[in-house]
Amino acid sequence: MPKSLTLALSKGRIYNETLPLLKALGIEPIDDPDISRKLILSTNQPDINLIIVRASNVPIYVEYGGADIGVAGKDVLLEHPKAELYEPVDLKIACCKLMTAGPINAVMKTSRLKVATKFVESTRRFYAKQGQQVEIIKLYGSMELAPLVGMADQIVDVVDTGNTLRANGLEPIKHIANISSRLIVNKASMKTKHTAIQNFIDRICHVVKEHNND
Amino acid sequence: MNIQDSWLLPEGIDELIPDEAAQLEILRRKLVDMMRGWGYQLVEPPLIDYLDSLLTGTAKTLDLRTFKLIDQISGRLLGIRADMTPQVARISAHKLRNNDLSRLSYIGSVLYTLPEGHNTSRNPIQLGAEIYGHSGPESDIEILQLMMGVLEIAGITSSLSLDLGHVGIYRGLAKYAVLSENQEQELFLALQRKALPEIEVLVSKYQLKDDSREMLLALSHLNGDVLVLSQAQQIFSKAPDGVKLALENLIVVAKMASERLPKININFDLAELRGYDYHTGLVFSAYQVESSQAIATGGRYDDIGANFGYAQPATGFSLDLKMLVRQLGRATDDKQAITVSWADDLAQHKIVEELRNKGEMVVYNLPGFTNLKSRRLIQQDGHWLVTEVEK
Repeated sequence: MPKSLTLALSKGRIYNETLPLLKALGIEPIDDPDISRKLILSTNQPDINLIIVRASNVPIYVEYGGADIGVAGKDVLLEHPKAELYEPVDLKIACCKLMTAGPINAVMKTSRLKVATKFVESTRRFYAKQGQQVEIIKLYGSMELAPLVGMADQIVDVVDTGNTLRANGLEPIKHIANISSRLIVNKASMKTKHTAIQNFIDRICHVVKEHNND
Repeated sequence: MNIQDSWLLPEGIDELIPDEAAQLEILRRKLVDMMRGWGYQLVEPPLIDYLDSLLTGTAKTLDLRTFKLIDQISGRLLGIRADMTPQVARISAHKLRNNDLSRLSYIGSVLYTLPEGHNTSRNPIQLGAEIYGHSGPESDIEILQLMMGVLEIAGITSSLSLDLGHVGIYRGLAKYAVLSENQEQELFLALQRKALPEIEVLVSKYQLKDDSREMLLALSHLNGDVLVLSQAQQIFSKAPDGVKLALENLIVVAKMASERLPKININFDLAELRGYDYHTGLVFSAYQVESSQAIATGGRYDDIGANFGYAQPATGFSLDLKMLVRQLGRATDDKQAITVSWADDLAQHKIVEELRNKGEMVVYNLPGFTNLKSRRLIQQDGHWLVTEVEK
């Protein structure tokens, strides 16, 4: 039996920007996740399947071997610093920045800052590096709201165009990290399906290089 | 906790019910006998020990994972072992101090404060074997063969692959590049994730000489089949002697392993640095295709023992016996049991004892019970007979 590969992707931007890369490798999904309710999508390659999971679950599926390979944003990976997985390729897609943001022209507070974010690990590490102890409020989305209702002084979020921030009277303050999507690989798969996975990595590296030379 | 939940165990803590425990015991006996056949003497270190000796040589990795308590007698910190290897090393260094080899094996419960990785319980049963007193590839290959032999007896033969690495290669390169302790650690973490984009950033940030930079960058690519070794020989042809020696050592072991374990698929990964804090040479792990983590791991740790007053080279492996048992499934231990109705009859009891002495499992049905196993002991025409129970 040929060893098959399972690839974990999340819906939305990562899925949309990964598809052209896969297409260049000759891999095309047979089902469309926006129409189909299936969570395991077959592709035109019989030995490659896609699974569609939430973005924050991609590293978990790959670490636990639910998928051999995955595509995950660096923002999500930074939240799993101890995850046992490989992240060998920067796919240079879904690029944005992880930043702190706060109300426009806000006066800097001297007492302990309250920071709302879903990126708890990165936030704690960033402020600690600045020598600042902060109180972190874990939220699962729409962080922009927290300063508006007086719950937090600042937020930490991924920023692409900055439009959402501006529309809510916020401005980006400090840059934490550049974010793009990574190809991640299960450690055991890398060892037991080495040829298939190394081949996939080499080909996708090549495609990423070509796409970024255009 | 309310009464309905009082049967719940702490997270990550599990227990073995009869058929599972029977399977564990069957396997344990086979493995003890097998390791004895190789000349490994069983030792039984204590469940708790002074924290200092538990953390010897492995301090950074094991500290957080060890449960701690205070000794009411000495006032010192005790730990519940999270790994038996340091204890076994102490036994070898202190009790058996001599210039001879010692081969020791051990089986026992260990406890983790936090689960390791995934699928792993916090109370595994660790089985392992170590050789003390020899530093060449011959002891490495013996331990490798013993580990694979143990897996074979445990019934795990199909789709096994062996992953070999050598921590001396990265350690030598880091020394040659004059990396600070922090830089070495930072780069180590990136290498463990094969995070090539980060590795490139780090290596250029350190402003290394060209040859150091190229060799460090090459590390994360050097994984795969045996061709990796010849690639590595080219890439490290101008590397310092320490790196070349490490690579030579790996090549020697790899050659012996491929001859002696012909059925096993062998992989190499020169950036695999598991246990970097305490390993000093060859590191290895066994994987099964369908499992997402290593099933047995080991390697060389020559510096251990110095803290117990007697430095000696060492190599060994360990695994979680419960993980193997779970793969085997349950053993229905009482399949061949003989049942007999209880009676106040000494003659009957004598027959029962005779059967038990022959190794049979004979179970009394106490008054009010009529459970039948596959055989029963009955009296017919004044004679006691063991008969098959008709289904």
